[in-house]
Amino acid sequence: MSRREKAQHIRHLLDTEGDAVFENTTHVNDGRLEANATRDDIEELRTAARRIKEDAIEQLPDLVETVREQVEANGGEVYLAEDAADANQYITEVAESKDADLLAKSKSMTSEEIEVNDALEAAGVDVCETDLGEFVLQVADEAPSHLVGPAFHKSTADIATLFNTHFDTGESLDTAEDLTQFARDHVGDQIRAADVGMTGANFVFAESGTLALVTNEGNARKCAVTPDTHVAIAGVEKLIPSLDDFPPFAELIARAAGGQDIATYLSLLTPPVDSPVVDFENPHEPLDGASDDREFHLVLLDNGRTEMREDEELRETLYCIRCGACANSCANFQHVGGHAFGGETYTGGIATGWEAGVHGLDSAAEFNDLCTGCSRCVDACPVKIDIPWINTVVRDRINRGDDQEFDWLVEGLTPDADPGGVDLQKRLFGNFGTLAKLGSATAPVSNWLADWGPSRAVMERVAGVDSRRDLPAFRRETLVDWFESREPLEAAGDADREIVLYPDAYTNYVLVDRGKAAVRTLEALGADVTVAPCHESGRAPLSQGMIETARENAVRVADSLDPYLHSGRDIVVVEPSDLAAFRREYERLLDGERARRLAENSYEVMEYVYGLLDNGADADVLAAGGDVAYHSHCQQRTLDVDQYTEAVFERLGYDVVTSDVECCGMAGSFGYKSEYYELSVDVGETLAGQFEDAGVESRELVASGASCHEQLASLLPPENRHPVELIAPE
Amino acid sequence: MRTDTIDEFAASLDGADVACTRTEAADLAAVLDDVVDDPAVGAPLGIDGVSLEDTTVQTPPTPQLLSDAATGVTRVHGGIVEYGSFVIQADEAGTEPVSLYPREHVGVVCASDLHDNVHAAVDWLGDEFDAGRDTAVLATGPSATADMGELVTGVHGPQTVHAVVVTDR
Repeated sequence: MSRREKAQHIRHLLDTEGDAVFENTTHVNDGRLEANATRDDIEELRTAARRIKEDAIEQLPDLVETVREQVEANGGEVYLAEDAADANQYITEVAESKDADLLAKSKSMTSEEIEVNDALEAAGVDVCETDLGEFVLQVADEAPSHLVGPAFHKSTADIATLFNTHFDTGESLDTAEDLTQFARDHVGDQIRAADVGMTGANFVFAESGTLALVTNEGNARKCAVTPDTHVAIAGVEKLIPSLDDFPPFAELIARAAGGQDIATYLSLLTPPVDSPVVDFENPHEPLDGASDDREFHLVLLDNGRTEMREDEELRETLYCIRCGACANSCANFQHVGGHAFGGETYTGGIATGWEAGVHGLDSAAEFNDLCTGCSRCVDACPVKIDIPWINTVVRDRINRGDDQEFDWLVEGLTPDADPGGVDLQKRLFGNFGTLAKLGSATAPVSNWLADWGPSRAVMERVAGVDSRRDLPAFRRETLVDWFESREPLEAAGDADREIVLYPDAYTNYVLVDRGKAAVRTLEALGADVTVAPCHESGRAPLSQGMIETARENAVRVADSLDPYLHSGRDIVVVEPSDLAAFRREYERLLDGERARRLAENSYEVMEYVYGLLDNGADADVLAAGGDVAYHSHCQQRTLDVDQYTEAVFERLGYDVVTSDVECCGMAGSFGYKSEYYELSVDVGETLAGQFEDAGVESRELVASGASCHEQLASLLPPENRHPVELIAPE
Repeated sequence: MRTDTIDEFAASLDGADVACTRTEAADLAAVLDDVVDDPAVGAPLGIDGVSLEDTTVQTPPTPQLLSDAATGVTRVHGGIVEYGSFVIQADEAGTEPVSLYPREHVGVVCASDLHDNVHAAVDWLGDEFDAGRDTAVLATGPSATADMGELVTGVHGPQTVHAVVVTDR
């Protein structure tokens, strides 16, 4: 898709599906936060679940053998399917061997991955989706837009229109209750008539040959036990050793998915099961499991998973338990849904890993840019998958896979370490540090030139920089210039704390005032401050999937900060996204010891102010009081650092209202890109709306991130400031 | 022991939208007749000194009874106090479909079968698995869906769930 086509597609989805997706995803996202808050051991459970998955994938070949032996000993069959076609052929043969006309199927993303319905229908077997969300989509002939809520993009009214048009319903169906009742009866009849029942599996216990199925409706229970033949399809990654490993998942999965303490039904089926077949064609025959001849087939799907297991970067994807929390906690997903933020089968942040692994890079490339790396899913994932990193890695591979004719030309002209395949838009934003330096050196001419109509038109056409966005205005005097031209403070040299301020490109070249405020505040609290040279942290190229450039940036930053660390200085960072690079991504870019030292000695500026005040610094030297509306930064919240800003405000007597959106929607370069501009604004308007509410609208706007600042500045007057600018002494 | 545990179980059941009635084994038949909506179908409870024979609940289950019954009555082999969950084990007599098909499920649980939490219940289930009773469902509250745009209870599984706790078993 061209940029223009992509923008149109997104605009269409924002108009048609955005409202329903927003309502559904934010509802379950809030539910997750509430449900997790009722327990104090969520972290321990996540750690345990993570470890079980790591171990299971490590010993996967053994688990496959174990489950094969056990299921066969139980009286069932196991088929290891190499790919979708292989799985479909086996399943179709089972259905044909039973002379099946109708198969009742419960919800299974793996069955969507192989498109088994098409294969069965081609063989003359009707398939009835029994999960009501899937049933709605089967009637509508649409693809799921969410891993757990496949019809999240449809409102009650949409479904009512669909059913009233499609079925002879007698009276018009209007309410969710009417619709559920109708669908339950319709699907219920199909289950009674089905010849074969098909389910997925959320987990498979190898040692006992048990399927764990997590549902709320009860359809999977019926599909599994009503007909005499049960086919289960599961990716090989669903294997865990035994029932003993189940408790953390039982506790986590429904919380993560939708805020239930526990799912309504956790079925642990060890087929062929003892439960009697329920044969509605012989209605008066007493049920008797002893006389039944049940058949069970477990189809374990590879379809790229073995390669994913051997791929250091994609392996983590296999730990995914498909709860959808990464989608629900994602601001972009909340606004546009899985029909944009998804590939052939999977949706949301983790979909990039799944699609790259099972369908290939092309499918991942269609939507991978919608992950802005805001990292809110990192806290949400019950098995602690670093989903933003998977997105970064896949983006990097997409960049490298794209051979362009003039690679040699572009490569010769840009200063980064990534290959020529990187498109010009990504390359422009990935080299923001260099651009900012140039812009500042030539300011204000650079700003006039950049804002000049014809320049904007060229930028939009060539690099996809949306002309509706204001560009950052570069300052001629950088933070580093300003600091160097100052007289050293008298107190310098005998302070208790010695600090090096890391000047990120934004603080150094654009938002210089927040850097000055940081210096003044820290000095007023008795610290000795020096300012490091300005080198891009790597955040900008990382967000474009330019990992080699980010690695070069990280090495240069580490080289420039090491001497300060050796002399005992603490590193203070103004921009949260750069602190997040130090604390989260540098361990992947630098050698372990170096990354650890940098991460452990780096602090966000308000975190550091909190520490100084907590250790007895005099709060009276700071500017106190005022009513503020505060938006912390997405990555700052993932690091749990936002609490310090709020604590400092409280200490200084500010009255604070905080936003509760996951992200402002600007996300570095994302909001500048012409294909995503409208989505970015849509996301930003949710934030702006919270600050326009009664009682909030007159407060001073405060934001921690440079991107958040730009987004708020474009949507709400008047100008907003960084927290440290409020508290800085005059 | 049991009073505290049963109180806690009852509170969790209430949170899961499940009613709870307590009885001694001797009075179970009368309690069931009181609690169930007729027609009712049941699977053998397997509790000492208790039989569905003395109630209006019909046995053995047939597909027709599953279709017609307003209530299904089964044993609940374990309870999870923390969440008010039923652990229902599958058997050849049809406990699983009887607990699943009718609009109301009445589950009979012995006080001695209550487990504090999921972990304890799974520990117990591990022994059951080893003994060959290796299929069970952990069921918490009525079946539900939000697929039609808001939460609705009563989908493919029961719409109403009622726990009868036998305090002296």
